[in-house]
Order: sequence, then C-alpha cells, then structure tokens
Amino acid sequence: MRAADALCEALKAEGVKHVFGIPGGASLPLYDALYDADFEHIQVRHEQCGGHSAEGYAKASGRVGVAFATSGPGATNLITAIADAHMDSVPTVFITGQVRTDLIGTDGFQEADVTGMTLPVVKHSFLVTDPAQIPDYIHKAFHIAKTGRPGPVLVDIPQDLSRADIDYEPITGTPKLPGYQPTTEGNIKQIRIAAKAMANARRPVLYVGGGVVNADASEELRELAGSDDFPVTCTLMGLGAFPAPHERWLGMLGMHGTRSANYAMDEADLIVAIGARFDDRITGKLSEFAPRAKFVHIDVDPAEISKNVAAHIPIVGDAKDVLPKLTGEYRALAADSARLDDWWKQIRSWQEQYPLHYEDSADSEIKPQLMVEEMYRAAPDAIITSDVGQHQMWAAQYFNFAEPRKWLNSGGLGTMGFGLPAAIGAKVAMPDETVICLAGDGSLVMVCQEMATAAAHGLDVKVFLMNNGYFGMVRQWQELFWEERYKSVVMGPSPDWVKLAEAFGWGGARVDDKGELAGAMKTALETPGPYLLDVHVTPNENCYPMIPAGAAARDMVG
Amino acid sequence: MGDPGTKSELIDLDDLRTSSGLTGRRHLLSLMVENRPGVLARIAGLFSRRGFNIDTLAVGPTEDPNISRVTMTVDGALHPIDQVTKQLHKLVNVIKIRDMEPETAVAREMALFRINAAADTRAEIMEFANIFRAHIVDVSRRSITVEVTGTTEKIDSFERMVRPHGLIEMARTGEVAIARARPES
Ligand SMILES: Cc1cc2nc3c(=O)[nH]c(=O)nc-3n(C[C@H](O)[C@H](O)[C@H](O)COP(=O)(O)OP(=O)(O)OC[C@H]3O[C@@H](n4cnc5c(N)ncnc54)[C@H](O)[C@@H]3O)c2cc1C
Ligand SMILES: Cc1ncc(C[n+]2csc(CCOP(=O)(O)OP(=O)(O)O)c2C)c(N)n1
Ligand SMILES: [Mg+2]
Repeated sequence: MRAADALCEALKAEGVKHVFGIPGGASLPLYDALYDADFEHIQVRHEQCGGHSAEGYAKASGRVGVAFATSGPGATNLITAIADAHMDSVPTVFITGQVRTDLIGTDGFQEADVTGMTLPVVKHSFLVTDPAQIPDYIHKAFHIAKTGRPGPVLVDIPQDLSRADIDYEPITGTPKLPGYQPTTEGNIKQIRIAAKAMANARRPVLYVGGGVVNADASEELRELAGSDDFPVTCTLMGLGAFPAPHERWLGMLGMHGTRSANYAMDEADLIVAIGARFDDRITGKLSEFAPRAKFVHIDVDPAEISKNVAAHIPIVGDAKDVLPKLTGEYRALAADSARLDDWWKQIRSWQEQYPLHYEDSADSEIKPQLMVEEMYRAAPDAIITSDVGQHQMWAAQYFNFAEPRKWLNSGGLGTMGFGLPAAIGAKVAMPDETVICLAGDGSLVMVCQEMATAAAHGLDVKVFLMNNGYFGMVRQWQELFWEERYKSVVMGPSPDWVKLAEAFGWGGARVDDKGELAGAMKTALETPGPYLLDVHVTPNENCYPMIPAGAAARDMVG
Repeated sequence: MGDPGTKSELIDLDDLRTSSGLTGRRHLLSLMVENRPGVLARIAGLFSRRGFNIDTLAVGPTEDPNISRVTMTVDGALHPIDQVTKQLHKLVNVIKIRDMEPETAVAREMALFRINAAADTRAEIMEFANIFRAHIVDVSRRSITVEVTGTTEKIDSFERMVRPHGLIEMARTGEVAIARARPES
C-alpha cells in the first residue's frame, strides 16, 4: 500500500472525522490519498487558521484536532498555531509535507526545517525517515497528543516517502514509548494529607484551571466544592469548569479577575490548585502572591508542580482520578463547616463591596460590557470563541459560562485572530451547537479570509464583532502606563465589515444603538448561515478591575 | 491553629513545608536516551529555553545499540535540579534519568593537556604526569601532550599544577559516570 494511504488508514483508525489544511507540492501524495479517504478535509484559507481550527475542534469536543500543511511556507505558517496549542495544552496533530529526502539539507525548493523550528513548542515531533514508520508514528502522535498533559505533536513526512509503497498492517494496542508514561493516578497518601489539611483550613480556596476542563472533571470538581463549603475561582482557561453563577463561585481570578477572587487568594490559608499552572497573569508579583497560603497542587504534569510557586502538598495525577478520591477522603473526616463561616462572611462583604460593574451610557451608545451581557441573554448555552484583547476579558467577566468546553480562547500565547478559525473548528466538531466568535476589530482583520472557509463549507458560525476602532487592550495600557502616548493603536480607516461579510457570502448587519442590539443579535442568530454582526461600542472604555503588570492582588485598580 | 476542637488527626497548616529549591551542589545527571537523530538537539534546546546551564556534557553509546547515555553536570546552586529533571523527563526520547549521588557512582573524566616544555621544565612536567598517573601521548621539541584520566577534581588540580609552566591547549571530555555495584552480601 502507498504510505500516504496507510497514513489515512491510521488516521481513520484513530477515529478521525475531519482534518483542516491546505495542499502543496510536498504534500501532493498526501492529498492524493485524502481524495479517497473516509474523512472530510476542510480546505482553509491560511495554514495558521487551519491550525487554530484544529485547536477549536479539539477544545470544543475533547477529540484530537488535525491540520495539514505543505513544506516550507505552509509549515512555517502553522507555527503560530502549534505554539498556541503548546501553551494551552491542546491535543493536536500537525502533519506537514517535507521536501524529498535527497533534497533535505540542500536548501531545496520550499525546504524549511519545521521539525527544528518547532522543537521548543511541540510536545513531541517525528521526522519520517522510512515510509514504513508512517502509520506507527501517527498512532504514537495521537497517543502523545491526547494523554497526560495534552499538546501538539508534529509529523513531518518527506514527499518521496509518502508516495513509497509499504507493507501495511493495521496497528492496535497502546504504542510502545519507553520514555513516555504519564502518571494519571494520584498518590493516595498525598491525597489523604491534602484532605486533612483542607479539613483544618479556615480560609481555603479552590483555584481551578484548564486542566479540569481537559480532564472532563467538572462534575468531580462540583462534588469536591460541595463536600464542604469551598469557595471556587477559575482561571481564564478554567471558565466553565465550575458553573457560573453559583453561590460558591468567586468569579475569575488574576489580572482582570474579580476583587473577591483575588482578595480571597491574598488572604487564603490554603490554596488547592487543580489543573492550573500559576501563570504570571495570576500571581502578579510572585513574592507577594498569596503570602499567607500553603499550597496543594494537583497536576498531571509533574514539572508544573513547584515550577513557579513551591507546593506543600504535591499531587501528580489526572484531575478525573484525583478529585473523587480527594472528595471521598475529605468527606470521611466529617469536618465542621462552621469553621468557614467567618471566611464566607469576609468573602460576602467583598462581593457586596466590589461587584463587577460598569457605568452604562446615558445615551444610545453601546458599552462593550453591555454587548457581552446581551450576548449572554441571547445565547447563554452557545460555544463562544474569542480573539485577544479587551473583548476577551469582558467576555470572561460578563458571560457566565456554566459548562466546560463552551469558552474557547487563546490564553497562554494570546494569539489575536484565534476566534474565527476556532469557531469554524468548533462548528465542524459540534454542528448542533450555536457557535459565536466574539471578535475584536484588530484581531478579526488578521484572519478575515477564513470567512471564505465558512462560506465554502456552509458552516453556520456567527461573528459578533466588538468594534471599538482600536487595538483596545494596547490603547488601554498606553493610556494607563505610558502617559497616553498613543502609538499605532487606531484601527481606522477600517473596512466596511458588512460589505466585507457580504463579499464573502455571509449575512451581515451593523448596530450602534443599544436599543437595537438585542434585536440585531436575535436576527443574526436566527438567520441561517454564517453571519457577521458589526457592533460599534464605546471606543475608549477600559477593562477593569485590573492588577497592573508585576503588581500584587492588593494593588488592583478600577 | 491547634485550638481545642481541632481534630488531632488533621494536619496543622503551620507544619507544612515545601521541599523543592536549590541544593547548592553540583549534580551529575545520567540520562539514558533513545539513540536517534535530533535527541541531543531536544535536550540542548530544553536547557536554553528554560534558562538552565549545562556545565559539562558527554554523549556516547551504551551496551544497547538503541540507547545512548548522556552524562551532564548541572549546578544545583543556580538551578532547581528537581525542575531540570522533571523537564528532561518530559522529553519523549529520554528514557531514564539518574541523579548520580557521589557516594554511589563512579565518575571519570579524561583530559588532554599540551604544555610548554622547554628543556629546563621538561623533567618537572614528566614528574607531575607521573604523580598523576597520566600518560605522555605526544612529545615535540617545545611541548608535551599529557592525557589525564580521573575525577574532575584530579584533573582540576593537574591543571593548576601545569598552568604556571605555560598551558598551550586543553581539551576535557566532561564526566561520564556509572552506578557502583552494590556490595555483595
Ligand atoms: C489579554 C490576556 C489577559 C489575561 N488575563 C488573565 C486573567 O486575568 N486571569 C487568568 O486566569 N488568566 C488570564 N490570561 C490567561 C493566562 O495568560 C493563562 O493562559 C492562564 O492563566 C493559564 O490558565 P491555567 O492556569 O488554567 O493553565 P492552562 O494553560 O489551562 O494549563 C492547564 C494545566 O492543567 C494541567 N492539566 C492538563 N490536563 C490535566 C488533567 N487531566 N488533570 C490535571 N491537570 C491537568 C496542565 O499540566 C497545566 O498545568 C490572560 C490572557 C490574555 C491573552
Ligand atoms: C498576533 C498578535 N499580535 C499582537 C498582539 C498584541 N496585542 C494584544 S491585544 C491587542 C489589541 C487587540 O485588538 P482588538 O482585537 O481590536 O481587541 P480589543 O482589545 O480592542 O477588544 C494587541 C495588538 C497579540 N496579542 N497577538
Ligand atoms: Mg478593538
């Protein structure tokens, strides 16, 4: 069998239903095999977006996302998406064509050492040197991408090898990888110690991250929080792992988190970190982070434990395995919930004193926060993707995500332009769900060619564009921290987004009156097919509250 | 804490300690890695990306042709060794890592020294070589090349001895190490 066909067989055996990509010289044999494959290839308009679509697909469904690119520029275009998947631990497999074996190392036409270039941003990579390796490498790539701490795996296949003939035997069973054995079961002794510490804590907080979403452990998390009266806060990546609103819910923590969440971290005596990695958007000034707290740290990646903040009780394991055991051990101790009363009194007073708030306009102007609230009213159960900037933070603050895998965004790398291709990927994975991209005007223009992808594949995605005419987040920083020396943050003259949408075969409308916003959203959601709603919002609004970079939780402003 | 009513079996938060941090000493790490292209690049890349320094590095085959041994020394005063080894473990091609404790490992390094050897100092250098059980591997009218094998400390002190005589060139392999056999009972 031709190796490229064996590759498709291996993908099929992995349960692949969709892949994203763009063909080229070095991947011609692969595309010739895709011609007959049993799964669908979604032809995107830019490889970076193919990569983000694969990420959106994976984040929405929990299945491995797959993207193809050709050698050279196709492969280099993928790199941003690979780095993004690495930072946010997204299970993805990237398959690139490479120049012929005899051309490797000769600066051949469209040669780029993509394996070398991506070394720092992959979980693992394979450069095929023998066509018989191809099916084996594919299975290994899937296994590595989705187990343990998920991440991107690259398989780079020279053109001559993908067209070579091999003896293909279907491979079954778990691939043999002597150097790769992730620990998923938490150590019960450590779990017991954690339970005993929690039972003695007076000011505990559960600090929950994207790991709980990845583990599909939100049910288990709710059980733990409910085993006593534990307050819960989530990172940007953990939103939806705990249902918002909820009586135990403090809101997001970190740079643009709520005061209640950040103050609770600041005063906590015990912080239980679950699938969260103490990012600097959370810790701020490390030396002043949660100065009174001891730390339980549950993570499937041992290297995350004590990387940024030293853990007192480390637990390596999958949250899905650890959380029920921890709940069980905790319940057995029959701790007295009344010890938490003072803590809750304190938290409630913060919540009353410092709710998230904004001043609505006196006229018809649409405040960006109102736009998000209106979206929530219009489609509370939708999958929301976002770009990077103020709109992303307002979504995190004002859209109450009640379930996991409904909030797809780029947190670690902070990649502008993530939203639209991720929405496309999410819609492909979850065709029955409403998928809305909350876009920034600066971000959307970076990837707007993907409107063609959605139109061509009849994908019913909606873009709600928060049009503030600025690189709003950068403008905010220049205003607050760089003496209002605004440089290169104005987006005008911007395109006529409605015309652009129509040019791509989308429906479109513009709205700038808050009285018409709800109706416009309703129309957008009810109109079949892809639709862009260009929402003009207050241009100069700042996103608050905020911890200035490098400051401590106590120094929150706004 | 510790007020009345606190169950004795519970853990007092004040008693909790962290264990990680800087050890303050040099660590000799022995890695068994898959013998395939690019593995060394992954290891080197990891160190540079994470801001860790490798002090010495030696790579070579093992008794198993599919496996190579990488021996490296890392300064535990500058880098948390725990974090270094955990990051190394994440590399799929790294099969096993041992942090070789000095008491339980035999570690050796080899070095070549080319030393100025004018007629009046030649005898003294040969005497040093003798004391250090070093071998003279090349001689010319002006210089002598000496091969020294031993612990890093031994090679350091040989270097200190000969430097005043004019050290022309030095090449060191970096340490390799192997676990000591357990004493038989
Ligand atoms: C403009 C901007 C502003 C931002 N502001 C904020 C902010 O205010 N607040 C905020 O929180 N973030 C903010 N972020 C995001 C931030 O940069 C980080 O991406 C985020 O904080 C990391 O989230 P996390 O700790 O949940 O880790 P993730 O990146 O989601 O990592 C998941 C962790 O869980 C572990 N894990 C994975 N699977 C499992 C499993 N099955 N079981 C157990 N563990 C598992 C992984 O090993 C990893 O350590 C911002 C980003 C941008 C772009
Ligand atoms: C690819 C990329 N380039 C640059 C940045 C830096 N950056 C962060 S936010 C931002 C502005 C985003 O503007 P927009 O999409 O309009 O969102 P807004 O903040 O206005 O809501 C920029 C330029 C980035 N995060 N990603
Ligand atoms: Mg903007």
